[in-house]
Amino acid sequence: MREITTDVLVVGGGAAGLSAAAEAATAGAKVTVIESDLQLGGQLIKQTHKFFGSKDEYAGTRGYKIANILLDEIDQNKKNVEVLTNTTVTGYYIEDQMFTAMQGEEEYFRVKAKKAIVATGAQERLIPFPNNDMPGVYGAGAVQTLMNVYGVTPGKRVLMVGAGNIGLIVSYQLMQAGVEIAAIVEGASRIGGYWVHAAKVRRMGVPILLQHSILEAKGDKVVTGATICGVDDHFQPTCEQKEIDCDIICLAVGLTPTTELLFQAGCEMQFVPQLCGYVAARDRTMRTSHPDFWSAGDAMGIEEASAAMVEGRIAGHSAAASLGLPVKKENFDEYWKRLDHLRAGEVGEKIRAGIGKVMRDKWEGR
Amino acid sequence: MDLIKDHPVLDFKHNAKVEFTFDGSKMEGFEGEPIAMALHANGVRIYRETPEMKRPRGFFCAIGKCSSCFMVVDGTPNVRTCITPLKAGMKVETQHGKGKVPLASE
Amino acid sequence: MTDSEKLFNSGVLTEEKPGAVKPPKDLWESKKQGLVVVECPQRIPCNPCNTSCPTKAIKPFADINDTPEIDYEKCTGCALCVAVCPGLACFVVDLTFSPDKALFKLPYEMLPVPAKGDTVDCLGRTGEVVAKGTVEAVVEPKKDRTNVVHVSAPKEFADKIRAIRVVK
Repeated sequence: MREITTDVLVVGGGAAGLSAAAEAATAGAKVTVIESDLQLGGQLIKQTHKFFGSKDEYAGTRGYKIANILLDEIDQNKKNVEVLTNTTVTGYYIEDQMFTAMQGEEEYFRVKAKKAIVATGAQERLIPFPNNDMPGVYGAGAVQTLMNVYGVTPGKRVLMVGAGNIGLIVSYQLMQAGVEIAAIVEGASRIGGYWVHAAKVRRMGVPILLQHSILEAKGDKVVTGATICGVDDHFQPTCEQKEIDCDIICLAVGLTPTTELLFQAGCEMQFVPQLCGYVAARDRTMRTSHPDFWSAGDAMGIEEASAAMVEGRIAGHSAAASLGLPVKKENFDEYWKRLDHLRAGEVGEKIRAGIGKVMRDKWEGR
Repeated sequence: MDLIKDHPVLDFKHNAKVEFTFDGSKMEGFEGEPIAMALHANGVRIYRETPEMKRPRGFFCAIGKCSSCFMVVDGTPNVRTCITPLKAGMKVETQHGKGKVPLASE
Repeated sequence: MTDSEKLFNSGVLTEEKPGAVKPPKDLWESKKQGLVVVECPQRIPCNPCNTSCPTKAIKPFADINDTPEIDYEKCTGCALCVAVCPGLACFVVDLTFSPDKALFKLPYEMLPVPAKGDTVDCLGRTGEVVAKGTVEAVVEPKKDRTNVVHVSAPKEFADKIRAIRVVK
């Protein structure tokens, strides 16, 4: 089996991974980015909306353009960066300190890395309801890929399940693609995403039904409709039911961090509800309990892409420093200042509480 | 193909159009774009049938993680069609059950 | 929960709140080119309205999560913030447009893009058709595909109209 070697392996070429790669490569590290998708950019390339934050997080710039900015930065250091797309890291073997990866569906190879940055992002959650496996029930990220990356019309009329930022943003994006939104249902008594994202779709006439959920997907072989119902304060269905005519049911019911590699590396993991699943304990350099493993972005807890990019910078900075490369300490402080700002608001409260549970001052035995 | 013609923000650049087959029918798609997207653009919603319950499955996560879009491509089963690039002349088939891996001798 | 709270929790502004305050009446009625109406009542990490404002009418943020505060004396109704705001939460309403009509400068990121002279539906905060309006201009200040549509409509709806729909 073929084997490649690198200084810093970055697993995942999305918001966090690209930022980490750019930072480490700028410091002079030899970086290999492995991305399972056919192109780099992760979730960024699907975002048509302008980002929040400040100038430092490219506020006011549309997500897909931010991906281009990061790719340009990587291109400036291309002598230090090798990119493998359509390649999936399939495992880490702790006894040999060896990664395995698969190019396409066929060719396996080994990767030996001095340092690894796991920026594997997240995967979509599913909620249980009859026929939730029927074609036409799609993850929100998948709908974005279909319409915003490949320009394919996802359907005619969509029921959106979930009014967090993803549900709200994807609803708006569906309207931009000419698709009608039948309704957005949200189990809680208030929207979970930014209020302004909700206002944007409300004023276009989209109903947001709070304390409502999906009861069942309807259809013979593919989705032709859905039954929705009211839910009480304990998320139990009330007798209020309604039939919705739709050919797509889009699930935006949350994400969960993708952490298999961190588990395989023996990193200290902890279930943190505020970060939406099992995440690795980390220090302020985004290093895990495994001294050669860093992680950043949604893999370390579900948060906005703007925060993922800063975390990636921190991880890349620290991994490069650990190789003995010269890095600027003031950059590290600056990155933390940005993160603190991003997390300071009411929406950041949950994140702050979650991170408080997994942040370590020092590691035992190191 | 059911493509977005005009978009207020995005400009879509597609690769060259190529022909492939789905369960024997000729279809068109864009070279290098995922097989699943080409099928969706051609109106195909059912990509496989589950082994036990024979339930239809289709597109779901689009990041190569959920196994919903496994199909038989050029004789190889369990191909993640959402992240496998389309090539001219590909033979794409609905996967029934677990699929059978072709042996070298076959 | 009251009906008003329910509406607000689903993204509909129902009353003035910090970050969503109406301009003072007298100044608003006399200011040529209009004044900005910001509807951003939640603390989120975002500041492009402030950093893009050429006259610093949107006051500096002590913390990036602050909701915007406006010095209406300085606002010129230029609508740059309308084009820049990632939340599409800035609108300019010019009450001096004509004796009976106000001019609304609204962000628009949909298709089709209307043309000057078109009649469009003017929508309220829940998408309800409030009035018919006439498109006076369509500009794209940042050349980034966020259009700012200038539409005139009856003045009595100054506090209602926040979006348009192009009727084919």
